[in-house]
Amino acid sequence: MSATDSTLWNWQRVCDLKDLPPLGARVVSHAQGDIAVFRGAGEEVFALLDRCPHKGGPLSQGIVFGRHVSCPLHGWTIGLADGVAVAPDQGCTPGFEVRLDGGQVYLRLPALAAEPVA
Amino acid sequence: MQRAKLVVVGNGMAGTRTLEELLKLAPDLYDITVFGAERHANYNRILLSPVLAGEMTLREIMLNDEQWYRDQGITLHLANPVARIDRSRRCVVAADGTSAPYDRLLLATGSAPVMLPIPGCELQGVLSYRDIADTEAMIEASGRHSHAVVIGGGLLGLEAANGLRQRGMEVTVVHLMPWLMERQLDRSAAQMLERSLADKGLRFLLGRQTERITGKDGHACAVVLKGGEEIPADLVVMAVGIRPNVDLARAAGLHCERGIVVNDTLQTHDPRIYGVGECVAHRGLTYGLVAPLFDMAKVCANHLARLGIGRYQGSISSTKLKVTGVDVFSAGDFTGGENTEEILLQDPGGGVYKKLVLRDERLVGTVLYGDTVDSAWYFQLLRDGTNVAQIRDHLMFGESHLGNTGHQGQNRAVTMPDTMEVCGCNGVTKGTIVKAIKESGLFSVDDVRKHTKASASCGSCTGLVEQLLASTIGGAYAPQAAAQKPVCTCTELTHEEVRRAIRDHHLHSIPQAMAFLDWHTPDGCASCRPALNYYVLCAWPREAQDDPQSRYINERAHANIQKNGTFSVVPRMFGGVTSAAELRRIADVVDKYAIPGVKVTGGQRIDLLGVRKEDLPRVWADLDMPSGHAYAKALRTVKTCVGSEWCRFGVQDSTALGIDLERALARMYAPHKVKLAVSGCPRNCAESGIKDVGVIGVDSGWEIYVGGNGGIKTEAAQFLVKVRTADEVLEVTGAFLQLYREEARYLDRTVAYIQRVGMDHIRMKVVDDATSRLELYQRLLFCLEGATDPWQERIAGAQSHEYEAITL
Repeated sequence: MSATDSTLWNWQRVCDLKDLPPLGARVVSHAQGDIAVFRGAGEEVFALLDRCPHKGGPLSQGIVFGRHVSCPLHGWTIGLADGVAVAPDQGCTPGFEVRLDGGQVYLRLPALAAEPVA
Repeated sequence: MQRAKLVVVGNGMAGTRTLEELLKLAPDLYDITVFGAERHANYNRILLSPVLAGEMTLREIMLNDEQWYRDQGITLHLANPVARIDRSRRCVVAADGTSAPYDRLLLATGSAPVMLPIPGCELQGVLSYRDIADTEAMIEASGRHSHAVVIGGGLLGLEAANGLRQRGMEVTVVHLMPWLMERQLDRSAAQMLERSLADKGLRFLLGRQTERITGKDGHACAVVLKGGEEIPADLVVMAVGIRPNVDLARAAGLHCERGIVVNDTLQTHDPRIYGVGECVAHRGLTYGLVAPLFDMAKVCANHLARLGIGRYQGSISSTKLKVTGVDVFSAGDFTGGENTEEILLQDPGGGVYKKLVLRDERLVGTVLYGDTVDSAWYFQLLRDGTNVAQIRDHLMFGESHLGNTGHQGQNRAVTMPDTMEVCGCNGVTKGTIVKAIKESGLFSVDDVRKHTKASASCGSCTGLVEQLLASTIGGAYAPQAAAQKPVCTCTELTHEEVRRAIRDHHLHSIPQAMAFLDWHTPDGCASCRPALNYYVLCAWPREAQDDPQSRYINERAHANIQKNGTFSVVPRMFGGVTSAAELRRIADVVDKYAIPGVKVTGGQRIDLLGVRKEDLPRVWADLDMPSGHAYAKALRTVKTCVGSEWCRFGVQDSTALGIDLERALARMYAPHKVKLAVSGCPRNCAESGIKDVGVIGVDSGWEIYVGGNGGIKTEAAQFLVKVRTADEVLEVTGAFLQLYREEARYLDRTVAYIQRVGMDHIRMKVVDDATSRLELYQRLLFCLEGATDPWQERIAGAQSHEYEAITL
């Protein structure tokens, strides 16, 4: 979320909530790197860069529990709301603003030609 | 809403550990106030000896500093002991007059050293050995004086004597009993210990009683023994025992014996007041070692958190002397007696003495001197009450680490240099682990795993990590009895308890099981969900619904994730037999999807590596071969040799039997991966000796072996039975695997499962009892009947969202 000020951020529709399995995730392909959109047990949605701060594992492929995901490569636990690794591991994955409106999932993304997200 | 008030009296290891456990379970339940008599926050009392010996500093042994209390919102009163408890007003009053009301009160007042009431005991220079102040006083005295006498040759006395000797003093140990550490060691081990401590420069007077301490100008100058002998002493350390601190509780009218009496929930006779640690008496026993305190803390915290699960039922404790270069360990009932047998190894020249005491084929006690490498293993056998009949002949020689890989064959942590790698998976050295244990105050293998990653991947170095814990923190390390180990931190229940409930109460979904079993977390974690998913599917086949979100990615996507996020695909080749047509299709698929890696696997099939996830369904469709389940906790391959069809030595058609077995068992999920092999003669070219089920053809039939393993820990399979026909092989194999499926803990391979339940149990259920065998086999067939190929389902469109990325 820390792109330069000149970057334009736009809300974009991603999918229907029902396209996201509860306690699951989908990958959103983006020019600047894949984004993982997660869904909790209910209707809560989260979005992180699809890259574990440890060795770059695709977090979208992990097991989701509570407000966390377990990275499929080496089992780091990453907080869905803030992208921060659970102690004693240390690291952080960039997150994206995401919202739910009328059963639709929206993601706030940098417009094209911006700098890479991370 | 106002929160309930919890007051803790005593800021030692027991009280603070209870708070840590409580905060994990119910972080917001209480406003917490802690009173401590010492001016220090919580430190690791058992590491005072290394501090005295100059091997560690005070800073290194702090467990929770004052900032920790602030972070948890705990009000901390240091150097302020509680003077009285007012039970009718429900408040405590401290020495300085501070009063604090409570809804729940936790007494963790610990114990005090016993001071012998002999003439001269009040002199300056006469100390006990209990806390930081005593340790600092001893260090200070060692700098000014040269003669010390330690009264008491127990664990604490010897550690004190060693520390003072390390600091350059002349030290004499006076001990009333005929040999050292008589409560922990038998005579032989104690005499070897005495010799090696004497070599370090300590002097011993055994079987001698101290009569008085003489002084000059109010300061001690000599110890006089009964009989008149006088020993110069500027410093006298009394280490003759501890006495639980019960005065406060007794004055408040609580029932006390030797300690404050508590029940199995650590509650005193006043239901609002709990007690933990050295100050309590539980079932008539008091404890002076740290491991039992941690067990108590866990149970007590659970009840304080109002969960009400768990009972403390007493502890078997072990002792390890923390004197560098001297290895002594003892646990349980090592003196033996009626109905016990002893296995003894005595090598005075080599400095090794080992005694194992058995009762009814179970280990009940042990004393180890000089070689304590296997202490953790013996202690585990002792606590679990494992039947050792089958390993009796090599029990004395310790746990076989034969074939353990990844750490250069090292099995003795003590002799390893600090720079040596202990964990080959995560590149963690001995030095890193020892540092973490000391600095972060780690007490369990799980703690070490979390902090250092050592033994967190393949687990083959777990034994080494246990040794490092044992040698670093001594008796404070107590491996958790495996029989009581909960599934994960989401529950207190063991795998067995969970499986039983799922069966007995017809729980056929994960949410149902979690609700019924009072899971602490709303939807579990990455450890328990896959286990529960397997358990409900195994207990209720064709009824329970699979939950893909509770499967690890490989099982959810039906391919193996690789380090770069691509996947690998292994199609099934029954018995390792393929054809030109299959190979041609594989080659075409590799070309069409530009698959970068093609490799022959150890299981006689072909692995396509680097497949993009979105290509998977089309790759499977073009291959037109069944899923090989190389990604699953399921039947992998049945490896075969060519057998009697081609081989000039072959006596049985191993290839045909291998294909039949694989066709029958493909799609069988299990607690862990399952590998089979069939060899056509005793030359055993298919390596049946290291498979979960290995079959070897002989002229008169087939021999069946189970529980072999060729991975992390090379383990030879054990002979189960010999049968005449291929049909019998199928039935016995199926029955054994179904028993494993129904009884093993999730992620236990067959070798671990058999070690836990014993071969006798397997033989009884699978070989001796024909009805049981047939029922097991029928249950497996019922489960496999109608099971479909997951690749075919996905080619037809199932779970398509798994493979399709969203493009904007």
